[in-house]
Amino acid sequence: MADAIELTVNGTRHRVHAQEDTPLLYVLRNDLELNGAKFGCGLGQCGACTVIIDGEAVRSCSFPVALAAGKQITTIEGLGTIDKPHPVQKAFIDEQAAQCGYCINGMIMTATALLQRNPQAGDSEVRQALAGNLCRCGTHSRILRAIARAGKEMTQ
Amino acid sequence: MTGPTLSRRRFGQAIGALTVAFTLTPPSWAEGAKLPGSLDKNRMLDGWLRINADGTVTVFTGKVELGQGIITALEQIVADELDVAPTRITMVSGDTAQTPDEGFTSGSQSIEYGGTALRYACAEARQRLLDAAGKRVGMPHGNYGVSLQDGTISGFPNGKSVTYWELSGDASLHREASAGFAPKPPQALRIIGTSKPRLDIPRKVTGGVAYIQDVRLPGMLFGRIVRPPNYAAQLVSLDETKIKQMPGVAAVVRDGRFLGVVAEREEQAIAARDALRDAARWSNEESLPPVENIYQYLKGLPEEVHVVSEKGAGAPPAAHVVHDATYTRPYTAHASIGPSCAVAQMKDGALTVWTHSQGVFPLRRDLAKALVLDQSRIRCIHKEGSGCYGHNGADDVALDAALLARAVGDRPVKVQWMRGDEFGWEPFGPAMTISLHAALDDRGMITDWTYDLWSNTHSTRPGQRDGVNLLAAWHLAQPKSPGKPQIIPQPAGGGDRNAVPLYDFPRQRVTNHFIPAMPLRVSALRALGGYANVFAAESFMDELAALAQVDPVEFRLRNLNDERAFAVIKTAAKHAGWQPNLPGRTGRGRGVGFAKYKNLSAYMAVVAEVQVDRSSGAVLVTKATAAIDAGQVINPNGLINQTEGGIIQATSWTLKEHVGFDRGGIVSRDWQSYPILTFPEVPHIEVVVLDRPTEKSLGAGEAAQGPMAAAIANAVAHATGARLRDLPLSPERIKAAAFG
Repeated sequence: MADAIELTVNGTRHRVHAQEDTPLLYVLRNDLELNGAKFGCGLGQCGACTVIIDGEAVRSCSFPVALAAGKQITTIEGLGTIDKPHPVQKAFIDEQAAQCGYCINGMIMTATALLQRNPQAGDSEVRQALAGNLCRCGTHSRILRAIARAGKEMTQ
Repeated sequence: MTGPTLSRRRFGQAIGALTVAFTLTPPSWAEGAKLPGSLDKNRMLDGWLRINADGTVTVFTGKVELGQGIITALEQIVADELDVAPTRITMVSGDTAQTPDEGFTSGSQSIEYGGTALRYACAEARQRLLDAAGKRVGMPHGNYGVSLQDGTISGFPNGKSVTYWELSGDASLHREASAGFAPKPPQALRIIGTSKPRLDIPRKVTGGVAYIQDVRLPGMLFGRIVRPPNYAAQLVSLDETKIKQMPGVAAVVRDGRFLGVVAEREEQAIAARDALRDAARWSNEESLPPVENIYQYLKGLPEEVHVVSEKGAGAPPAAHVVHDATYTRPYTAHASIGPSCAVAQMKDGALTVWTHSQGVFPLRRDLAKALVLDQSRIRCIHKEGSGCYGHNGADDVALDAALLARAVGDRPVKVQWMRGDEFGWEPFGPAMTISLHAALDDRGMITDWTYDLWSNTHSTRPGQRDGVNLLAAWHLAQPKSPGKPQIIPQPAGGGDRNAVPLYDFPRQRVTNHFIPAMPLRVSALRALGGYANVFAAESFMDELAALAQVDPVEFRLRNLNDERAFAVIKTAAKHAGWQPNLPGRTGRGRGVGFAKYKNLSAYMAVVAEVQVDRSSGAVLVTKATAAIDAGQVINPNGLINQTEGGIIQATSWTLKEHVGFDRGGIVSRDWQSYPILTFPEVPHIEVVVLDRPTEKSLGAGEAAQGPMAAAIANAVAHATGARLRDLPLSPERIKAAAFG
């Protein structure tokens, strides 16, 4: 049996049993049954698996679960709900900023980490921050509009 | 037809209420005639919708959500035609046990076929309900008005009212549709034509259950697959003993050269898969064609020649100028962000597969053949996946999951491909070559147009009459053969989609050189041949415009004879601030591209503006301004979303994408070896919708691909003076052609 690892996810403590080098993504998805973070490449190249750890956007597909112990892990489920969405989530709904939506977790989590640091981030800063987040449907322009809208909301 | 039937008479402006008159009107649709859209092959009304006593409506559609917003649009259609609030409607989609068989959700046909079927089915159901209402209140005959609002029929002359929900037992929908009841005219619509927000987006942005990847069943195991290093490699040796002893491993499956593992935990399955991959020894095959002259290689293969359009006889007219050019398009990947995934469970000899296939019924047919299991023992249920843009690994992984599930008793198995599996084994969009010849007269008009294209098939989807079009089936110890490669006939066409010009030329000849042999696995990628054909033809139009010394927008208008084509081109040009005869070679440029998708579907024109970096040759598309006419629009925001997406995806294909391979296999295996467009490279986009509520809805989801490619190439030519005819328009090629 693998060792128990204590994780704090969305403010709740969990004990999970997994090998230390297990990518955090599989623990979030399979042990904690959180759907938000997605498997895209397993190589840290696409960003679909992004979560926020201690304020930083992190690729959970290549982040060992043991390194996440003792840190504050936030997934998209921890931002808000359908009834009470986070400003970034709400902006994505308002702008209808999704097609298939598979990449959107990464967009929202990366943007949230950026806007928490700097809600006034401009278009080119946002584009740079998302340069490593891939979208195949071509929803980029809506995603940019949604993030700009969320930034305004978070500045107020 | 007996008893009263009902026709609508609109009066008053009561919001959300509708007034109907009871009259005797015979159905307009002749008996035995072809019914509209998908209704023709699925004729039972209750196969499309059920009215429930609890105040809800259940709708069944064979079309599936691929991220294009179709379920929202279909729900709008039902709500409007039935006069019920959308919140009452539950959509059931793509389930072989429940929904109509509408083939594939592909080819921008869901509104045209699935939407049309639902409009007629709902219009008819509504009349059946009104008919039953008349009987229920004791007024089955006569000519009088009632009001209908959210399923409540009121205002009968005797003061009574009745609801759909009370009538659910009376108005039997268990009958064949007649299609005799016309859907509402545009002025009566309230929900169709509005930008109703997508039903699926809220849960997708909050981590709700939304995808096949989120399916979790009790006792579910995780599977992974190991493929050969290339199409031809044979398994020479494998010792799986140690892999079977790895933590959590429940099964190692080996059937011919199909290899897979099943484990209790996902990371254990991945570790076992890595070990299995390392343990397998394969024959060293160099079976792929030479990459450096792939187009020549393909043209050297046996071909079937089909002349698909011919106009004008006798000797060609005397030409003032003749011009020839050849264009190429490389193998292109679907490159879905989420690798293909399926869940399968074998229980009591019956198989259930949860799948993001575009066609659960055709998939079931091929699964039955591959597994030698009767179709009645297989149920395929659609769950959304990552966007597919055509035939990716979705169907293949369903068979993978079934093969692994068969090895572990009745426990369900979830299989997701790894990134390299998807790139290495998906069926690519085929490589194509297109050669053009044209003549201009002394007035600059095109008098002769000769078009030759060379391509593989653009569809090797499952469900074909012969063969099995599922990857693992070819690798089993008792392998199945793939179906014979097939041509998709005109007018929609496959490789020759949009090869027949919409321009009005006095003389033309279009030839499809169909190449059956497929050295790389290929199938349907968004727009099929329409992407490369429009790229080639619309690039060539700009070349001819330059020879004729006519502005490219004006040149197109001169050669067209179609008002709706004029309108999209003029609108795009106007919104882009197009200035005729703007001097070029400044490092900045603009270009236009136009097509009527499939020559049957949406009209689309786009102006691209580019900036070309002299030192690197890199192109930045700064702006794209598009106009689209898709006839009657069900959901304008959805149409704009699809069009923006098409523009960005086509920008990525056009500037960056080609599948890398060598003699030993596919070498594009991740996002570094197959880069796509990133945020800093994405253009600003404006999409103008030309709504035509009195025209029929036209498929629009793929309309942008070809025009955008041509607009970029034309803009690069304008910016640099160099005409690039080989896709992608990579910095190296542009630098060599323009600044070399």
